[in-house]
Amino acid sequence: MGSHANDSLESSVKIPTIKFTKLFINGEFVDSISGKTFKTIDPRTGEVIARIAEGEKEDVDLAVNAARHAFDDGPWPRLPGSERAKRMMNFADLIDQNVEELAALDTLDAGKLFSMGKAVDIPSSADTLRYYAGAADKIHGDVLKMSREFHAYTLHEPIGVVGHIIPWNFPTTMFFLKVSPALAAGCTMIVKPAEQTPLSALYYAHLAKLAGIPDGVLNVVTGFGPTAGAAICSHMDIDAVSFTGSTEVGRIVMKAAAESNLKVVSLELGGKSPLIIFDDADVDMAAQLALIGILYNKGEICVASSRVYVQEGIYDKLVKKLVEMAKAWVVGDPFDPKVQQGPQVDKEQFEKILTYIEHGKREGATLLTGGKPLALGGKGYYVEPTIFAEVKEDMLIAKDEIFGPVLALAKFKTIDEAIKRANSTRYGLAAGIVTKDLNVANTVSRSLRAGTIWINCYLAFSNDCPFGGYKMSGFGRDSGLEALHKYLQVKSVVTPLYNSPWL
Amino acid sequence: MTSHSNGNSDSFVKMPTIKFTKLFINGKFVDSISGKTFETIDPRTEEAITRVAEGDKEDIDLAVKAAREAFDNGPWPRLSGFDRGRIMMKFADLIDEHAEELAALDTIDAGKLFGEGKAGIPHSANMLRYYAGAADKIHGEVLKMSREFHAYTLREPIGVVGHIIPWNVPTTMFLGKVSPALAAGCTMVVKPAEQTPLSALYYAHLSKLAGIPDGVLNVVTGFGPTAGAAISSHMDIDAVSFTGSTEVGREVMQAAAKSNLKTLSLELGGKSPLIIFDDADLDKAAELALLGILHNKGEICVASSRVLVQEGIYDEFVKKLLEKKKSWTVGDPFDPKVRQGPQIDKKQFDKILSYIEHGKREGATLLTGGKPSGHNKGYYIEPTFFTDVKEDMLIAKDEIFGPVMSLMKFKTIDEAIKKANNTTYGLAAGVMTKDLNVANTVSRSIRAGIIWINCYFAFDRDVPFGGYKMSGFGRDFGLDALYKYLQVKSVVTPIYNSPWL
Repeated sequence: MGSHANDSLESSVKIPTIKFTKLFINGEFVDSISGKTFKTIDPRTGEVIARIAEGEKEDVDLAVNAARHAFDDGPWPRLPGSERAKRMMNFADLIDQNVEELAALDTLDAGKLFSMGKAVDIPSSADTLRYYAGAADKIHGDVLKMSREFHAYTLHEPIGVVGHIIPWNFPTTMFFLKVSPALAAGCTMIVKPAEQTPLSALYYAHLAKLAGIPDGVLNVVTGFGPTAGAAICSHMDIDAVSFTGSTEVGRIVMKAAAESNLKVVSLELGGKSPLIIFDDADVDMAAQLALIGILYNKGEICVASSRVYVQEGIYDKLVKKLVEMAKAWVVGDPFDPKVQQGPQVDKEQFEKILTYIEHGKREGATLLTGGKPLALGGKGYYVEPTIFAEVKEDMLIAKDEIFGPVLALAKFKTIDEAIKRANSTRYGLAAGIVTKDLNVANTVSRSLRAGTIWINCYLAFSNDCPFGGYKMSGFGRDSGLEALHKYLQVKSVVTPLYNSPWL
Repeated sequence: MTSHSNGNSDSFVKMPTIKFTKLFINGKFVDSISGKTFETIDPRTEEAITRVAEGDKEDIDLAVKAAREAFDNGPWPRLSGFDRGRIMMKFADLIDEHAEELAALDTIDAGKLFGEGKAGIPHSANMLRYYAGAADKIHGEVLKMSREFHAYTLREPIGVVGHIIPWNVPTTMFLGKVSPALAAGCTMVVKPAEQTPLSALYYAHLSKLAGIPDGVLNVVTGFGPTAGAAISSHMDIDAVSFTGSTEVGREVMQAAAKSNLKTLSLELGGKSPLIIFDDADLDKAAELALLGILHNKGEICVASSRVLVQEGIYDEFVKKLLEKKKSWTVGDPFDPKVRQGPQIDKKQFDKILSYIEHGKREGATLLTGGKPSGHNKGYYIEPTFFTDVKEDMLIAKDEIFGPVMSLMKFKTIDEAIKKANNTTYGLAAGVMTKDLNVANTVSRSIRAGIIWINCYFAFDRDVPFGGYKMSGFGRDFGLDALYKYLQVKSVVTPIYNSPWL
């Protein structure tokens, strides 16, 4: 049982007025062509926050026209990197100036912790903008070493008009993870935020204009996947699409790209990331990592350590500690600074998680704690932190990504067993290793097939550290200079060389 | 009229015996599971050379199993890059030793010029040497964290790779794809085009002699819709690299999406422009324009099939072009005097002739050629030049993949750039000018993956090659090619008591 906080909190936080509810195309907020709007829901209550313009294919077409014009003829790609950087820095400053309002929007829209938003999510996204701003004037090609008398070099040119389809779990972080490198590279773009979380994206569009990002460079079309999202994936005039979301929708995105204009695709998909805890681990530290690994952002994070493998020597002690900590975990209104876990993002996710919990019980895993929804004033999508033990790899709760506060625990004997079990998944997004032994750390980090390996830490992200999947967790990298490659293409230029002292 | 050589050429060269006609899986030559075989045709005679094993889905499954075992448990990815390099060097040496026999295979399979092949095969073997030299220099990075962490990236081999390669330059394609994948430590299944299986199977044999372990390099000959499709949709292939037509590229990408979301690189078609300015060296320009469309009988993705000539030199250029064409001999590719062999097969032959008819009907002016070359057998077509071509004509838009040039006139640099970019493709482009500023402006303005200034077909092992727009994505050659066969793993761990970050 997680504990929960009193929910009469609204008096201490000013719920923001929703200022931006229309599509942002070519520097203006406009209604959708159809005039349609859709509701965005507050997961604390299940109630409507606001109605937002619902963009569809025709609106995406308008946005692409604007982005294409801005790319082919506008200033943005032609500016020196340092000039783009200046505007991006302005943008970052404006975000810092509006932290509270932005954090409140994400809390309302996605049930994210208000205090985390203010302290972490929003400021670190502003820093992501600054990181790529600093890279914009350092995008290097290579001068090549020819084997005949030619001078040849590569240019890394902006790929053109980019479509970003972003998920609802980290609306702000995702927005800037995608938009920042694309801006730095000199691309123009259309962002389609998840329908569950349109609010902060539209605010960012407003701030982008204030910051001096020219019209048409950054467009935001709110709407649904099968309409607006699909229109982006199959658009004949979008040069690249970056998608973060579920594996099943990732397939649809790639297929549409293939059927249309063979646009470049990058996918960041699901995960079922293992956290492996060895006998020599510090019990408190390991339990803490395991807990945060699954409960951070109410388990709605692609790299959640949803499978935890604990070596038998330390198993009993660790599990005791873990269950203790889970029971003390505070679930409640995300505006309340005492709360550690807010509601799941919407009814669909809420029900999906509960279904998986029932599966776990039926499949014969041992329920250690949690296992049911939390009744908080009779409303909202709150789920208790849930831990299953004695989970086998063929159980659904060990195979499928649940995307909620549900942990699958298992015991292991040897390092080889741990590696084998950790790798037996179609996914390959992240993994964690807890050990003091240098050789164990090296062996296991090399052996795990995943895109990020955390040793004695978890969720340790950084702007300079590339992030992305192996296997069916996707391809392409966010963060780091690697992310720029998605928005650049290589042009080789070759010309004969005469009378040169050497090659 | 182009000159053509006497068709009685078998006396020129000792025809090779075909030694390898079976699938190469897990280090052995085996029949296909179904027992089926297919014919491979000599385009000089339209006759079958031999029958080759026809691999289908079940054979691909076997090959992938072998490659998976070799990757997950075999020595190849665990060897040091240096040791992989040594074996690749041996492979290259063996290719050099058998260059003549290999060149003959590509000549009878694809109609390629024998003389060029004899020189070209060792050149392609150098691709193996280039990547052999890179294998022990595949670097990750140590990152600059903003908190107290030590973090670095590893570039790890992606796993089992499928290579689907085309028929136009069978050896270059085979070695161009296989070399970086080997260097990276991957294992692979190669599906050569059904028109050109012979040299691929020979390379498989040589790879074993060189010491490439069983299962690392598998070759499954067969057809696209069966063996090729099985690769694109295989659940246990980690990456596929495809070179071929844009329409098949779409299918490959869709299959990858529907199956296991394998990573993908596509090198597709082109309709590359060669832009000749008034100040160009006229002789060189005519030479390059001729070669640009007629090299390898026009069966090359970067063929300069659209030639844009500035009006000031237009008339002189056309004169020079026609002059040079006079000595361009079409005939048996074994004959050292011949410059252009037969088109690869009947399908291509018919397709090219059909485009020629379109050109005539669309109102373009036929300067020369326009029909099959005077041989009683074989898929020979005369070098064909159209002028007064408008951008909306089919012959200006579609990739013909044959010896058919579309000539256009232009006035200004802006017009040239606009015309050059007016295509869904973006593979290559050529610019002929002595003016530094024109060269810089035009090379920056053309949306294509490789720009040749005062040269054409200037490939090099260190120069990345690939498409913009619908010519595809991903790069072959150069160190960039390695990226297709590697994936990035970040490793992060806290640091304590460090003097700095």
